[in-house]
Parts: sequence; C-alpha cells; structure tokens
Amino acid sequence: MAAQEVQPSETIAKLKSESEALKTKLEEERAKLHDVELHQVAEKVDPLGQFVMKTRRTLKGHGNKVLCMDWCKDKRRIVSSSQDGKVIVWDAFTTNKEHAVTMPCTWVMACAYAPSGCAVACGGLDNKCSVYPLSLDKNENLAAKKKSVAMHTNYLSACSFTNSDMQILTSSGDGTCALWDVESGQLLQSFHGHAADVLCLDLAPSETGNTFVSGGCDKKANVWDMRSGQCIQSFETHESDINSVRYYPSGDAFASGSDDATCRLYDLRADREVAIYSKESIIFGASSVDFSLSGRLLFGGYNDYTINVWDVLKGTRVSILFGHENRVSTLRVSPDGTAFCSGSWDHTLRVWA
Amino acid sequence: MSTSGNVVAMKKVVQQLRFEANIDRVKVSQAAAELQQFCIQNALQDPLLTGVSSSTNPFRTQKLCSFV
Repeated sequence: MAAQEVQPSETIAKLKSESEALKTKLEEERAKLHDVELHQVAEKVDPLGQFVMKTRRTLKGHGNKVLCMDWCKDKRRIVSSSQDGKVIVWDAFTTNKEHAVTMPCTWVMACAYAPSGCAVACGGLDNKCSVYPLSLDKNENLAAKKKSVAMHTNYLSACSFTNSDMQILTSSGDGTCALWDVESGQLLQSFHGHAADVLCLDLAPSETGNTFVSGGCDKKANVWDMRSGQCIQSFETHESDINSVRYYPSGDAFASGSDDATCRLYDLRADREVAIYSKESIIFGASSVDFSLSGRLLFGGYNDYTINVWDVLKGTRVSILFGHENRVSTLRVSPDGTAFCSGSWDHTLRVWA
Repeated sequence: MSTSGNVVAMKKVVQQLRFEANIDRVKVSQAAAELQQFCIQNALQDPLLTGVSSSTNPFRTQKLCSFV
C-alpha cells in the first residue's frame, strides 16, 4: 500500500508543460534553419518543357474499384488488388492476365510484389497480410499455397516487402505499423506513435539504411528506425489524412499526398516541409504520389479523376493527365522509370509513358 | 491505476519530444541545393523526364513485340 510521494496530477501537469515547451523549442529550432524556400533555390534551374504523356496500355479485368498496385522488379509485371476481392498479376507489355487470386474478403486495400518476382502479398478488410507464391503452372490453384503472415486488429492499409522476400512491413487501421518474418509469421518489430489509422508507408531506398516513413489519419508523417522501433522524426503540416507517402530517390526527402488536396515535400536533413504542391483549382484529395527516377517530377493521382504532374524543384504543375473515369486510387512509377501505372475506382489500370 | 498509466504515457511523449528536438539539422538552403543537385545529376537517366523515343521505350512501341 505504498503512497505516492508526489500527487500524480501534479506530475502530469508538470509533464504537460514540459511537452508544450519542447514542442515550441522544436518549432524554433526548425525555423532557425528556414533561410530560403526550395523554389527560390531552384530559380536558376532550366524550366521543364511540354510533356506528352499518354495512356499506352489499359488493363481491364477487375470487377470493381482498383485499390492498389505494385510493379515487379522485371519492369513489366504488375500486381493489382480490388474491392471485388481479386488480386491479379498482369504482363503490362501485352496486357495479359497471368495469375488471379480471389481473397476471402472484399476491399483488398494493399498488395505488393516480392523482390524476387516469385510471390505477391496482399490484404485488406481481413486484417491480415497474406503471401501467395506465384506458380509457373497456370492451372495451379494459388489460394492453396497461401501463407498468412501479418495479423492486425483492424484493416490492412499498406504492405511492402523489405529488400528480400523474407520480411514484410505492414500498416493498419489499428494505428500501428509492423515488421514480420514471412517464413514463421513472427512479429519482429512494431511501431507505435500514430494516433489514428495508418494509411500508407514507404521504405527508404536501400542505400540510405533501415528506415521507413508512414502517413496517417492523424495528419502526421512519421519516420521510423526499423531496428529499434523508434520514431525518429515526425511531421505535422497537412490539414487532413495523409493517403500516400513516397521517398525522394536519394532518400533525403519524402513526398506526401493528402485529403487536404495538397502534396508536400519534407526534407529529412532540414527536418521540415520544404515545398507544397497545390493550386486553388485543385480541391479534391490526392490519393497517391510517386517520383520519376531523378526526383524532378512528382506524379499525383487525385480523387477528381486526374493525375497532376509537378515540377518538384520549382513547385509548379507541368501537366495534367485525363483518362480515368473515377478516382485515381493508386499510382507507381516503374522500376526503370520508363512508365508509370495508375489504378482507379473506374475498375481499370492505365500505363502512361 | 489510470492516473499512473497517464503519467507513464506522458513521460513517453516528453521523452520522444526531447529526442526529436535534439536531432542535428541542416539549413534549408543546403538541403535544397542537394535535392536540386541530385535532380540535375540524374536528369539524363530519367526516361519520363527526357521523353524516351518510341524505339527504346517498350511501352511506346505501337506493335506488340515478344521479347525473347
């Protein structure tokens, strides 16, 4: 029956004021280094010319909204997942479907290709992430070889293999991210810090080490150390849910797309937002973003059915692409940067180049 | 006890904020210059930026080829 020496309410009040003081200090430290804007530094860079990008392939076959897609490292295969519960592997050159799996749930919100090209991972309303090895035998029932890897307590929003087929990183509506061993299904590390659903994640390019970034409904983008589970940097400038995060190719920055109709660029070494990509005429949320190979272009898929192409350095829009007949829900540039693919609620995927 | 649970949670928040406040940062001018440098150095290797011609971009070919 030990009595507390100090009243818990006094301690809480003290901690609260310390946390407020630290938040102020954090903003001051960041502001001290804000000596210039990115687009000012980029004034001397040559402006970009006109872009001619068209739909080169349309992948039809899903029976409902396409929610997610990922490229295979071979730069031609694509895996996509849909509200109809189907996961399809396509050859994007020929538009042929190579594999199809029916998941036991609808709303398969996440899918990813394994680095080897020999398996795909997917999940959604089933709260799990499952791995399906891809068989060369077209007649083989893929569902029979399914391996359940991750278990969350709410929907799976995103998944990604790390740099091998052996580990998967997941994010969930339960507010956490987690790292799993594929073979055993064991939880290797969990990442706590978001105050609401985590909607997206992206792994740092392998050269820059073991970190990843996640974005959530708490309007925060968090950068995590994969080994320790610690949040090492946090950014809160968006005004609504962050639907998509993607690292800049050098690994020194990342972009985000949000329901607040803006995309933003955050530099990790300056520890702050360094650009906002927005226009008064863009009022619908950005669902998904990705960079071209050099990082000069940022492609954003939006809920107003369009894709906006931004000059990352100058902050201006260089192109707007029409074609989808409903929200663009997912967008990824191919591994060799020759094209990018978008998936939409109009049930199709389009490859643009 | 919920109050001691709150104290533990608040201590974690304070610890996290202390950690974040103390990281090393560089000036935006330096960070921006490096982002720009990366773009320029890699511009020629960026097919979507340079607009790779039909003969070399597999998605732009009009005929469907089979790659052996």
